[in-house]
Amino acid sequence: MRRFAVATAAITVAVAAAALAAPRSGSSYLAPDLKALQADDFRNPGLLWVEQGRKLWSTPPSAAAKACAGCHDEAAMRGVAARYPAYDKGARRVVNLEQRINLCRTGRQHAPALAYESRDLVALTAFVSRQSLGMPVAVRVDGPAAASFARGRAAYHQRIGQLDLSCADCHQRSEGRRLHGETISQGQINGFPTYRQLWEGAASTHRMFAWCNAAVRAEPRPAGSQDYVDLELYVRWRGQGLPVETPAVRK
Amino acid sequence: MQPAPNVRLRVPEQVKSGEAFEVRAMIMHPMETGYRFDSQGTAVPVHIIQTFTCRFEGQVVFEARFGTGVSANPYLSFFAKVDRPGELEFTWVDQDGDSYVHKAPVNVA
Repeated sequence: MRRFAVATAAITVAVAAAALAAPRSGSSYLAPDLKALQADDFRNPGLLWVEQGRKLWSTPPSAAAKACAGCHDEAAMRGVAARYPAYDKGARRVVNLEQRINLCRTGRQHAPALAYESRDLVALTAFVSRQSLGMPVAVRVDGPAAASFARGRAAYHQRIGQLDLSCADCHQRSEGRRLHGETISQGQINGFPTYRQLWEGAASTHRMFAWCNAAVRAEPRPAGSQDYVDLELYVRWRGQGLPVETPAVRK
Repeated sequence: MQPAPNVRLRVPEQVKSGEAFEVRAMIMHPMETGYRFDSQGTAVPVHIIQTFTCRFEGQVVFEARFGTGVSANPYLSFFAKVDRPGELEFTWVDQDGDSYVHKAPVNVA
């Protein structure tokens, strides 16, 4: 009887958690050693990418063009990453930070766009995101971003792949449960670009999405596709208020 | 030769003469073992750092030999003692003998 009561209580707690589910950063699920690695402002290997990004930030892409630093003050970048993905008037769609950087490169610096997931683009994104360290994620999902947000929400709840799982099946309904010796997290993306030990490098949100899609044996979308940008907006919104932790460290 | 990899160094701004201080060094490097194959079945060429040396004004302070068991972006932390101001020189050498050299000043209080 007592055991039954405990079990019922556990289920009640689990249901309540699923219903409320206050945003919880992925770093709170980490083992102490990895958490310490992420918090260390020297040892965190993601900072190699941040440093690389800082160099690119002040290097003009060509002799005729200005460097990013030629127009933007580094301090003015504080808070920018917390707002992305965001609707861009020029592009007339929601763009993420990587695409915003590339729009600046092609539009203002007259330089070729950096390949999605290339080391330089990840580095620049990591550098810009790092400037917002600790600031709460605050994306806008109303107005012109509403359609994109709705598509992202639909994608999040759409079951896909041979395993027939949606993002929500694991990261919302099964959050906190165990899988392969790991605790299933909420799948928050407030620490991206993130250094993943498995990949021995920093990676974008879209690479993680693609990896997750492949894990449920679904066909991943191309990195930088609008499908993933919409999904990124929705997932960012789920973590509204979480501090930016770039570069996070994960297994 | 590959483009110069990104390096992070940390040496205290001021050290006391004869007192040990911590030196930290990290290099952005794939540490590719040469034993792996890509998805097309082609061998991934070896690209690995074999030795690391830290010298103070020509004198070896710390030396390490890396093997295939060392993961990417190797990080080292060690202690050193100096009795005069000078320069620490960090050298990473890869399998082809290409070396990446970085320097950091040491100020003695």
